[in-house]
Amino acid sequence: MKKILLKSTIMLIVIVLAQAGVVFASEGNHIDSGATAWMLTSTALVLLMVPGLAMFYGGLVRTKNVLGTMMHSFAAMGIMTVLWAIVGYGMCFGSNVFGGWIGWDKKYLFLNGIDTEIMSAGIPEYVFSMFQGKFAIITPALIAGAFAERVTFKGYCIFIALWGLLVYNPLCHWVWASDGFLFNMGANGAIDFAGGTVVHISAGISGLVAAIYLGARRGYPETAMPPSNLVMTMMGAGLLWVGWFGFNAGSSVTSGLSTAQALTATQLAAASGALTWLIIEGVHQGKATALGFASGILAGLVAVTPAAGVVQPVGALALGVLSSVFCYLMITAKSKLGYDDSLDAFGVHGTGGVVGAIMLTFFIRKSWMDQAIASSGDWGVWHQLGVQAAAVLIAIAYAAVGTFVILLAVNKLVGLKAPREKEMMGLDSAYHGEHGYGMVNPS
Amino acid sequence: MKIITAIIQEDLLDQVREALIEAEITRITVTRVSGHGQQIDEEIYRGKKVIPNLLPKIRLDIAVNDAFVDITVNTIIKTAKSPGGGKVGDGKIFITPLEECIRIRTEEHGGQAI
Repeated sequence: MKKILLKSTIMLIVIVLAQAGVVFASEGNHIDSGATAWMLTSTALVLLMVPGLAMFYGGLVRTKNVLGTMMHSFAAMGIMTVLWAIVGYGMCFGSNVFGGWIGWDKKYLFLNGIDTEIMSAGIPEYVFSMFQGKFAIITPALIAGAFAERVTFKGYCIFIALWGLLVYNPLCHWVWASDGFLFNMGANGAIDFAGGTVVHISAGISGLVAAIYLGARRGYPETAMPPSNLVMTMMGAGLLWVGWFGFNAGSSVTSGLSTAQALTATQLAAASGALTWLIIEGVHQGKATALGFASGILAGLVAVTPAAGVVQPVGALALGVLSSVFCYLMITAKSKLGYDDSLDAFGVHGTGGVVGAIMLTFFIRKSWMDQAIASSGDWGVWHQLGVQAAAVLIAIAYAAVGTFVILLAVNKLVGLKAPREKEMMGLDSAYHGEHGYGMVNPS
Repeated sequence: MKIITAIIQEDLLDQVREALIEAEITRITVTRVSGHGQQIDEEIYRGKKVIPNLLPKIRLDIAVNDAFVDITVNTIIKTAKSPGGGKVGDGKIFITPLEECIRIRTEEHGGQAI
């Protein structure tokens, strides 16, 4: 009896001390170690998408441009991370300044003021900040696919730095900050769970504008431009699929039911998108290509990105199908329209992003709608469709205009289009002094 | 009949090929090769300039009837010269007599098979 009493007293003291410790560290919020563990994993998974994208794009360009193209993704990891720590996080998640154009709070400069912050979601703010920072890396890297094989490296670096600051950060603030105007539009906000408008539509449209502004590659479209290494492209597509679980399921910023819903939707849309592409190609071309399957994976994943939090499995499957159909049509139309979107950044990310953001309206789960009705009385599919369309159009207009201005400035300043002889020589040797496939020749 | 073998700079292949097609010389074989001549090339490896022993080059093999030798050779000379009047490493052209040529599908022999 005495022993038990002693034991329980010690336990009680330990518990009290432990809790006191947590309270001191967190200034009110408790760390939810489950949520934190998943968000740490998600942060790493989203970063994994960047080398995945480098492999996906790198495999699709000609041998002489493989390193230059992979460097577009890797350079984004360097440039965007540094900018994110200095001002990016503050511009996205600070409170409204300049009439809500961006956010700002001086405690976010160099992430200085979040050293000991625990968010109400139960995760350290550092984790949230790094998680969001990965999105700021991959978005400009996606654009690079539209003008691959024909840009100067210096021009590209300056372009993505300015684009991140002036296009990505404001859009991110509007859609995801708690006081962003798109976050609060309509009864329950414009739905963009993990970045359909912020990431994919903005990158796709910006890519299209850049591809048109820079003009086509030499010899396009008469000359065949064969992919250097489709094996690498397939591996890249695989890494993107894996990483996308962090991208979508991580965007729940918790580790619970909504995480599971997003994860399921992500897996289903990727699979149905890939299968749909395979079938379309099989019927249309007579053969089912590996690149087609990879493109279908991406089309499905892009479309489910804004929707992962609100659709049930049937909706996710449908979005994958719709997205592949529209992306395939858009890529087919590209050769007729004549612009040179080298690796179909607009064809897949722009198109799939719009399809997802608009079509998700018809598959929203009932509990979300009930919540919207509870907060504004009369709210239905068509009301929400209006909000979604408005968000999409705002993202398109803002990204297009912003990108165009930045393109003009960068091209004047340092030159963005690679000169003819550098383009013929290839980006690898012209801008990096290296050969990607040295092993092809005995040396 | 002659076989024309040209060793040219890697990055000028597109330009040479496009000009040959324009001159209606469309049947060519292209190989990646390595070798060394007078040219010294520099690459960068971890901050150091390195000079590879063997340089990548492109080899073109073109079988032509005698009447087409000049136009083929002239087209290559014009387009395989680096901008600014040519530089060391632009390559060489070898012309050798070709004894016989057979098209496998039809078993045609000689000039018409080319």
